[in-house]
Amino acid sequence: MEKFVTLTSTVVPLPIENVDTDQIIPARFLKATNKEGFGDNLFADWRYNKDGSPKADFVLNNPVYGGNILVAGKNFGSGSSREHAAWAIDGYGFKVVVSSFFADIFKNNALNNGVLPVVVSAEFLAEIFDGANKDPKLTLTVDLENQTIKNNANGKSESFEINSYKKECLLKGLDDIDYLLSKRELIEAYEASRK
Amino acid sequence: MSKTLFDKIWDAHVVSTVENGPTQLYIDRHFCHEVTSPQAFNGLRARGLKVFRPELTTMTADHNTPTIDQDKPVKDPISRNQLDTFAKNAAEFNMPLYYPLGHDKNGVVHIIGPENGFTQPGMTIVCGDSHTSTHGAFGTIAFGIGTSEVEMVLATQCVLQTRPKTMRINYNGKLGPGVSAKDLALYTISKLTTGGATGYFVEYAGEAIRNMTMEERMTVCNLSIEMGARGGMIAPDETTFNYVKGREFAPKGAEWDEKLAYWKTLKSDKGAKFDLELDFDAADIQPMITYGTNPGMGMGIQESIPTLDQIDEAGRISFQKSLDYMGFQPGEQLLGKQIDYVFLGSCTNGRIEDFRIFANYVKGKKKADNVVVWLVPGSWGVEKQIREEGLLDIFTQAGFLLRQPGCSACLAMNDDKVPAGKYAVSTSNRNFEGRQGPGARTILAGPLVAAAAAITGKITDPRV
Repeated sequence: MEKFVTLTSTVVPLPIENVDTDQIIPARFLKATNKEGFGDNLFADWRYNKDGSPKADFVLNNPVYGGNILVAGKNFGSGSSREHAAWAIDGYGFKVVVSSFFADIFKNNALNNGVLPVVVSAEFLAEIFDGANKDPKLTLTVDLENQTIKNNANGKSESFEINSYKKECLLKGLDDIDYLLSKRELIEAYEASRK
Repeated sequence: MSKTLFDKIWDAHVVSTVENGPTQLYIDRHFCHEVTSPQAFNGLRARGLKVFRPELTTMTADHNTPTIDQDKPVKDPISRNQLDTFAKNAAEFNMPLYYPLGHDKNGVVHIIGPENGFTQPGMTIVCGDSHTSTHGAFGTIAFGIGTSEVEMVLATQCVLQTRPKTMRINYNGKLGPGVSAKDLALYTISKLTTGGATGYFVEYAGEAIRNMTMEERMTVCNLSIEMGARGGMIAPDETTFNYVKGREFAPKGAEWDEKLAYWKTLKSDKGAKFDLELDFDAADIQPMITYGTNPGMGMGIQESIPTLDQIDEAGRISFQKSLDYMGFQPGEQLLGKQIDYVFLGSCTNGRIEDFRIFANYVKGKKKADNVVVWLVPGSWGVEKQIREEGLLDIFTQAGFLLRQPGCSACLAMNDDKVPAGKYAVSTSNRNFEGRQGPGARTILAGPLVAAAAAITGKITDPRV
């Protein structure tokens, strides 16, 4: 997994609530057997017309917005457990997703792929949407070590929560599986204790 | 100290706890399907790892499979490759419980698990599928995981999980006639919203739950994820034990007696503390339908869609976007609205009791000419029962065809897609935009409402 320490970037605002994983990556794109290429179909049904041409009114097709931070309405990533949603977001180039609320499974999947979900207050989120609407060059700075996110347009910052174990994993680029594999003896001892 | 049902099962599966971090939880049963597993097997290969406990993983192909002509090669080359990859992985990693298309144990993962006795009280169960919560009906901790976690389970039989908060929902009194487990679940989600139980593990309790069969309990637990819950569970009782007893992979003889004695201890103690406790009156629940594009946008079949002033300001754009997609107006009543498709099936409502309810309603009636109806059993086991009980004859006489098992139109990865703009009354679990095909408009309902729609071609209150 890639390390994540700090990031300053412009944002892509998506002020829609309850964005489910079927919108992030529709089921018909889940037929692949590897992790590559999902970014091309991120938000496919909102992003492309039936003939594959881009829908001009969707934010990913609006050239004034770009960057490595996706900012979305509350309850982002609800629905299916498909990790393909995290692969699509990562594959497109987003390193951080900001929302006021995330669905559980999506949050885990994102963290397992080095994509940092940052939970902010509803007010902080509304100010990003307002600010980015007025000035698409608005930037955010996300500092994982200090667990802070700063809106560089208005200078306001907030701290965000992250489990200290997961934080360490991201800072060092370690996977859960590395940890679990190092515990093989404990697992075998647990199994023996139940027999 | 008093413990909840959740605490008892969780505590019995803790291998270790990471300092200031998650719990390393041992997994008793892992279910695996073709769509969310290939990258996990690739990961094992890249690290040079074997599957740690192959006998604890059950593999079935269900998500990306056709529901006709399963004996012939799968037409779509990309889907065929995914199924071939699944077969290759099962062989290469020596997986003993592999049920491909055509196998008599093949079917929807959350249906074949309980059907064959893999699912037993007190277990921890995971699968790369959010509706793994279904197995909670047996008094298990069962939840959906991502593919990275599938790899962890294959490699170590463990996952790292943060302990969720606990919630208990009590349903007092009895459900009214014509009101099903699906209605109870859709009603609950409409009250809590799709994010209302995020961070929680839910125990369902109360008279209305106790009165339910195992299949009804599975429907309730199945939909836990639709209000954001990590999972849902119901304390096991005689109904549970009677269901499990005698199934192929269930314990036998002395082992059964020993397990049964333990299972009888699996209930929340008196005075056990939940982080949140809610109460509903079962009598308030009506047959439900959804009108929007998430399962929380549901209402009684006789009711009207909320008006804009009933929606909080931050949510109005999303609400209007949702109704625009559905082609509905705020304040509109949907009773009598013409529909185009009906889907009976999925891990939510693809079991034999669902087919009995549907058959009982359509018996002696005729399918509406304007409606395409897909009846998709959840497994070959269910299909066999449909034939043996004579339900197939009832369906045939009423003008319906029976398809072959699979997830089918629930997520429309195969050819069972609802065309853009068409309305489908569906017994599945999600009405998200495009879920049943690009542009498809899904109205979620129980099997009885689906049966009435299949006969009248309209949204119809089956009680009238």
